[in-house]
Amino acid sequence: MATSGITRSATVSETAVFEFLLRQGDNALVLGHRLSEWCGVGPALEEDIALANTALDLIGQAKMWLESAVGEIDDSRSANDLAYLRDAWDFRNLLLVEVPNGDFGQTLLREFFFDAFQLPWLNALSQSSNQRIADIAAKAFKEASYHLERSAETVIALGDGTEQSHQRMSRALDYLWPYTGEMFVDDAIDTHIESVGIAPLPSSMRQAWNQTVDSVLSQAQLARPQSTFAHSGGRTGFRHTEHLGHLLAQMQVLQRSYPGATW
Amino acid sequence: MYAQLVKSEASAEDPIRLAEFQARIDRGEKIEPKDWMPAGYRKTLIRQIGQHAHSEIVGQLPEGNWITRAPTLERKANLLAKVQDEAGHGLYLYCAAETLGVSRDELFEMLHNGKMKYSSIFNYPTLTWADMGAVGWLVDGAAIMNQVPLQRTSYGPYARAMVRICKEESFHQRQGYHLLLHMMKGSEAQQRMCQDALNRMWFPALMMFGPSDKDSVHSAQSMAWKIKMNTNDELRQKFVDETVRQAEFLGLQIPDDALRWNESTGHYDFSEPDWDEFHDVISGNGPCNHERLEARKSAWNDGAWVREARMAHAMKNSERRLAAAE
Ligand SMILES: [Fe+2]
Ligand SMILES: [Fe+2]
Repeated sequence: MATSGITRSATVSETAVFEFLLRQGDNALVLGHRLSEWCGVGPALEEDIALANTALDLIGQAKMWLESAVGEIDDSRSANDLAYLRDAWDFRNLLLVEVPNGDFGQTLLREFFFDAFQLPWLNALSQSSNQRIADIAAKAFKEASYHLERSAETVIALGDGTEQSHQRMSRALDYLWPYTGEMFVDDAIDTHIESVGIAPLPSSMRQAWNQTVDSVLSQAQLARPQSTFAHSGGRTGFRHTEHLGHLLAQMQVLQRSYPGATW
Repeated sequence: MYAQLVKSEASAEDPIRLAEFQARIDRGEKIEPKDWMPAGYRKTLIRQIGQHAHSEIVGQLPEGNWITRAPTLERKANLLAKVQDEAGHGLYLYCAAETLGVSRDELFEMLHNGKMKYSSIFNYPTLTWADMGAVGWLVDGAAIMNQVPLQRTSYGPYARAMVRICKEESFHQRQGYHLLLHMMKGSEAQQRMCQDALNRMWFPALMMFGPSDKDSVHSAQSMAWKIKMNTNDELRQKFVDETVRQAEFLGLQIPDDALRWNESTGHYDFSEPDWDEFHDVISGNGPCNHERLEARKSAWNDGAWVREARMAHAMKNSERRLAAAE
């Protein structure tokens, strides 16, 4: 298993917590980056401002998670080093958050799928045995509840709106659905994290997520896809999509081009 | 030309009402949306506020160009927040314009079909990260020079929008200046980026104050109406005087050989910008006019289905509520 270049020999538990925190931080970072791509070109000024708000919250969350990740293993790197100097295989985000934005509807549907997971997840994490994780989660939870309110409301409006918007949302649903299953796949890190009381198993979020998703999709007049197939490989870093490399090439360009410079 | 148009419109008004209106302005009263106002006053304000609003939202684009390449998490968040502020400024200003009886959609349409302009500065490209500093320092800096006096403008909603906007613009300017200050303490490559940014942006920033007073066509009536508070050349001079000192502190060279302190005037002498270039840019031939306008148009067109769907959904909802109530 890749260890994301940990600089000293960490214990099994430290490694697991580090990986766990990268998963949280990288989800927020990559999704925040994707949303920031909308800046200035949203369908209305209000949407533009709201997307930027969500992106800002996520980038702030990413910073907190990544800072605590390096704190956990006493790593000499900074949160910025993690964000700007790791290669794609060391990223631990879900594939869902790295796929391209597509149109506004697809961006918001992806946001909704993510928010519907994050809300119960951050709620559970706010009870974590690790106080730092609990604190970050409590702050992020407040932001996530606002994000979910907005993304759910938008998905409903666009699914229900016009024939064209309904068609676009159906297509987005077909595209994104196979990327949702990865959120609920437990692995050895998750089992360890659960055993020490840091977080519940991701699979235990399934029911709450299903409830939120079923309710919103039905209000949006969208049929929940039958397929249970799930792409995976993002959370473990085993196999990202082709898209992540391009995202990082852009995001990391200055740090990579001018090694050692500060900005 | 436009001044004559305005004058003829003003003179078509009832002279007694016009005199009363002017007296209110001279007493420093604010004109509010429901008050009587001359057609020319309304028209001039719509043009000015609309162009200002367009500048805010087109102004999102050159800086938006670097959000995905911002070099640290903090810089990324700062830049994103800054560009989001500009969208907010656009929103306040479109709302202020709406109080004069023109809708945001109508204003957008006039932007898209070229009937309304936006500040020429946003037709220049942002080529390095130092441009994010230079835009904040110079462009927001020039905007502040223009806008601080407008907090006292005669039209109430415009003056109030300016108060909110100016606070944020001075924050943007400081942020841009500090970005450059940090880079100037860095490597040779970083210092080179800063100087290059100033070289490209200095004269375009001076153009932001508009043509020289001797060529400015609609100043007199606007000044009497307190829609315009200072002449273009006054503001340009003030900007130069302040900026030269800041450039010195940064260790940057202003790209003007004629720049020197004039003991007798108490101001800096400086070269005029190339007004031919200015006219090229405002008539559509700046380096990025095509990109900027296309970006706005495609954002608007690509977003049409979203706006339509939201309206349709709201209608369906109210029908459903009605049906349920029956
Ligand atoms: Fe602004
Ligand atoms: Fe600004």
